[in-house]
This record gives sequence, structure tokens and C-alpha cells, in this order.
Amino acid sequence: MAYSEKVIDHYENPRNVGSFSKAEAGVGTGMVGAPACGDVMRLQIKVNGQGIIEDARFKTYGCGSAIASSSLVTEWVKGKTLDEALSIRNSQIAEELELPPVKIHCSVLAEDAIKAAVQDYLAHREDGSSAPSDGQ
Amino acid sequence: MSEVKVREGNAGAPALVMPERPIYLDYQATTPVDPLVLEEMLPYLTRDFGNPASRSHVYGWSAEQAVERARQQVADAISADPREIVWTSGATEATNLALKGSAHFYSGRGRHIVTLRTEHKATLDTCRQLEREGFEVTYVEVGENGLVSPESFAAALRPDTILASVLFVNNEIGVIQPLEEIGQLLRERKILFHVDAVQALGKIPVDVEALQADLMSLSGHKIYGPKGIGVLYVRRKPRVRVEAQIHGGGHERGMRSGTLPTHQIVGMGAASELAVRSMESDACRIRQLRDRLLHGIMGQLEEVYVNGDLECRVPHNLNLSFAFVEGESLIMALKGIAVSSGSACTSASLEPSYVLRALGKPDELAHSSIRFGIGRYTTEEEIDTTVALVVSRVAKLRELSPLWEMHLEGIDLASVQWAAH
Repeated sequence: MAYSEKVIDHYENPRNVGSFSKAEAGVGTGMVGAPACGDVMRLQIKVNGQGIIEDARFKTYGCGSAIASSSLVTEWVKGKTLDEALSIRNSQIAEELELPPVKIHCSVLAEDAIKAAVQDYLAHREDGSSAPSDGQ
Repeated sequence: MSEVKVREGNAGAPALVMPERPIYLDYQATTPVDPLVLEEMLPYLTRDFGNPASRSHVYGWSAEQAVERARQQVADAISADPREIVWTSGATEATNLALKGSAHFYSGRGRHIVTLRTEHKATLDTCRQLEREGFEVTYVEVGENGLVSPESFAAALRPDTILASVLFVNNEIGVIQPLEEIGQLLRERKILFHVDAVQALGKIPVDVEALQADLMSLSGHKIYGPKGIGVLYVRRKPRVRVEAQIHGGGHERGMRSGTLPTHQIVGMGAASELAVRSMESDACRIRQLRDRLLHGIMGQLEEVYVNGDLECRVPHNLNLSFAFVEGESLIMALKGIAVSSGSACTSASLEPSYVLRALGKPDELAHSSIRFGIGRYTTEEEIDTTVALVVSRVAKLRELSPLWEMHLEGIDLASVQWAAH
């Protein structure tokens, strides 16, 4: 498998590895994929009072491009609003990392992870279980 | 990766320096030619280049003499008669000739064949072809330790069974099948017995009489001989017949035509003799290295599983699964060592090893399996480097793995509802 230098860089030096406590205010957690399919991505976002994603963490079980896709996404979502984060497309991820065609599904999974994390954050805000203190 | 640097030599002439290569631990894939074997082969490429089939001059005679000496060497290695040895291009061809050749010849007696689910592809794919031709094949299940029980093997035999084929030592997991019991069963029922002994020769004693084998495939390049040469043993008493698959000249008593590659044959003969001679000392040393590797890894990492029975196994093979890390990233992480993986990660499909699946392993564990193949030239230092690399890289990947974190939190991954994608 010939990987681009960018994939290898993210694989060898993954950014923002780790976890936030799910109970923490403003945290949204998205977990996508399945062990039997060979990829599980968990992306967490921390949203501040202004609705901006101020930090992100990931852990991924998967191939080199799955690790690289999720590592890249943590960098991209930081500083973005939820809508801006949701506008990230898998094609942009695949293009940035120069993913080979058989690895496009890794970028799809990373896009799904963003959506799942945002949904989780919004669901928690609605039921107030860990609502951000945005004063509204 | 394969960048070649040019170094200025003392005499001013540039010398080619290869970048440091990974530690070779893939001896079940292939082996280097032993220098002693190479030395014997070389004259037959240049000075003694004659065609062994040339009967009218000394070039042919000396080549023929070399071929017959090698035939004796291979026969001695498996307690056979030299007239029972047929040269082929490799073990895949030998297995094709054994299965197709005997099935075709004896198809009047019956059309049923028995083999194992964990056979090498040379056997499985040949059986698939025979199924397309109208033969019926039963693929007997193995236990979770990779071994077949003689009872379940016996249960698969039918009155119309003409042929059975079993892998002596499994290429992926190194387990040794109970062939003496199976050979006895088959002989009692007058069913032909083909043994794939490719991974057995040089590792454990191989004796066609003790096994009651009728046909046996062997390969040169798994025993420190050259690639491109193999052998089919065909029993003479009681006589076993195979229909030729390659025609043209009637070489090898009509069973396999084609000019004999003298140098390859000489290499296989020398390698066979050496394999038997060094078997005990190799196995003793390799067992120590295997134990060092096994205990080194298992002593420092949890959730590592040995695939295949550890007792009924050649020490040359150690197949381990590392839970909670994914196979392809594991291979990427271990690029300092040359090993094989149970994950078909080079292809588009995510098809894990069919051998590990047959053992009932979950797909995740089949994907994250690594086959360590230890051989004649493996050193203790290489094993220690490998242990350190595996331990640190697996730990790093687990830090990255959400599954590992869930495992540490005590979550049963089987109870999780995973999102399909």
C-alpha cells in the first residue's frame, strides 16, 4: 500500500489523541464504524459558549488512512462553528491526504464521525444533561 | 523506501550500499539458498550445462548423473525409492499433478475426495477445479487448535472416496496434523493418500512408510534450496498411477514432460540432504528462539493470543493475534521486521485469513494476526529487537484505540451496538 507522506505523518505523529470526559459540559462524542469491518473512529468535540469547537480529541482502531483521516479532522474542526464543521466533506479529506481509491471509505467514516459528534452534542444540549452554559 | 545510496569507496569507485533492511522473519514464505547448496548448483549452470536427456555425449551423461544423485538424496530424505521421485516446477505443480492426476486416473472407482478446510491454496484451488469437473469434495473442519481429529476425518470418508489430501504442517499456524492415524484409516479403506509435506521437510521427520502416504508434495525453496523446483513422490508398491498434466517428450516416466532443470534439481537434492542432517540442531536452536519471542511478547503485553496448538506444532512458526489493534496499521507499525499478516490488507477486500477463520477466530483477531517465521539464520539479537519493537508498537496503537480504552473500562465489546457502514 503506497501511502502519501501526509498519511504517514499523521499515522506516525497523530494529533489530538485522547478523550474528554463525556460528562464534561460542551462535549459531544461520535463513534462510528465496527470492529468487524476493521475501523472504529471516536471523535470528541468540546464546544464553547459561543458555539465554537474549541478543542477536539480522537481515538481510532483502523488502518493507517483511518488513523490519518481522524487525526486530520481533529485539526480541521478546531475553531469552527458547528455548521462549518458539518460542511466538511469526505472528498476534501481524501484529497488532502491523497488517499488511494480503496481507502476512500476512511474519509467517509471521518465525515460521519463529525456528524455523529455534533448530533451527540446537540442531543445533550436539548435534554440538558450536560448543557453548555450559553445563558440562552 | 528502497532508496539506494552511493558511497565513495577507498579506491574512488562508488560502491552500492543498500539501506538497512528489515529483520527477516518470514521463513514460511521462503528461505534463502544455503551457501553450501548454491556451491553445488553453480557448475551445472556453466561447465556441466548438458541436457540430462541427451544420451549420446558426456555433457548429457554428467547432467543425468547429477539429476539421479539428487533423486537419491530426496528419496533418502523421505525414506522412499529414487524411482518414486518425479521432478516438478514446484510444490503447487506437484499438488496439481497428485490431485488431478490421480482423480482423473481413478475416476472410474469413485468421484469423492476428502481434504481439510485449512489446506494450502494449491490444494483448495485444485479441489475447486475438480469440483467443476464433477468430483465431490468434503472439506473437513479442524478444531480451534487447528488440528483435525482422526474420528472426524474418518466420518467424512465414503464408499466412493478415492483420494484424501492433508497438509502435514500448516503453513500459517505450524500445527502438525496426526497423519499416521489418518494414513492407517485410508490404507485400510484403499483410499489414496496425498500428503503436502512442504512445510514439514527439515522440520520434523518425514517418512512415507510411517505415514503410509501414496503421494507427497515437496518444495525446494522452503528448505534453503532454490525456487522453481519441487517433487511429487508417487508410490510404487502398491503402485499408484497419475495421469500426466503436462505432455511433450515423456520425461519422468511420462508423468511430467519438460527438460529437467539440472541446477535446480541439484539444489533441491543438496538442500534435502542438508535439511535432514541439520534438522535436530536447527529445531533445538529455533525452539529456544521461539520461546524467547513468545515469552518476551506475552510477558509484556496482555490480550495476545497464540493461533494454533502450541504443543503439536513446529517451533519454526509463531502465529499471534493482538487484540484491539487493527491488522494493517500493525503491519505498518512493524515495518522494521519482515513478517506475514493474516489480513489481506494489500487487496481491496477485507478478507481475513481463511485458516484463522476455520479455527473459529473472530474477524478482528484474524485481521490482527502476525506470522513470525523463524529460520536457520535467525539470531537471538534479531529476536530481542523484534520483541522490543512489537511491544512498543502494539502499546502505541492501543493507546490510539478506542476499543482498548473500552476494554480497560470493562465494556464487553460484543454487547455494543455498532453503527453499520
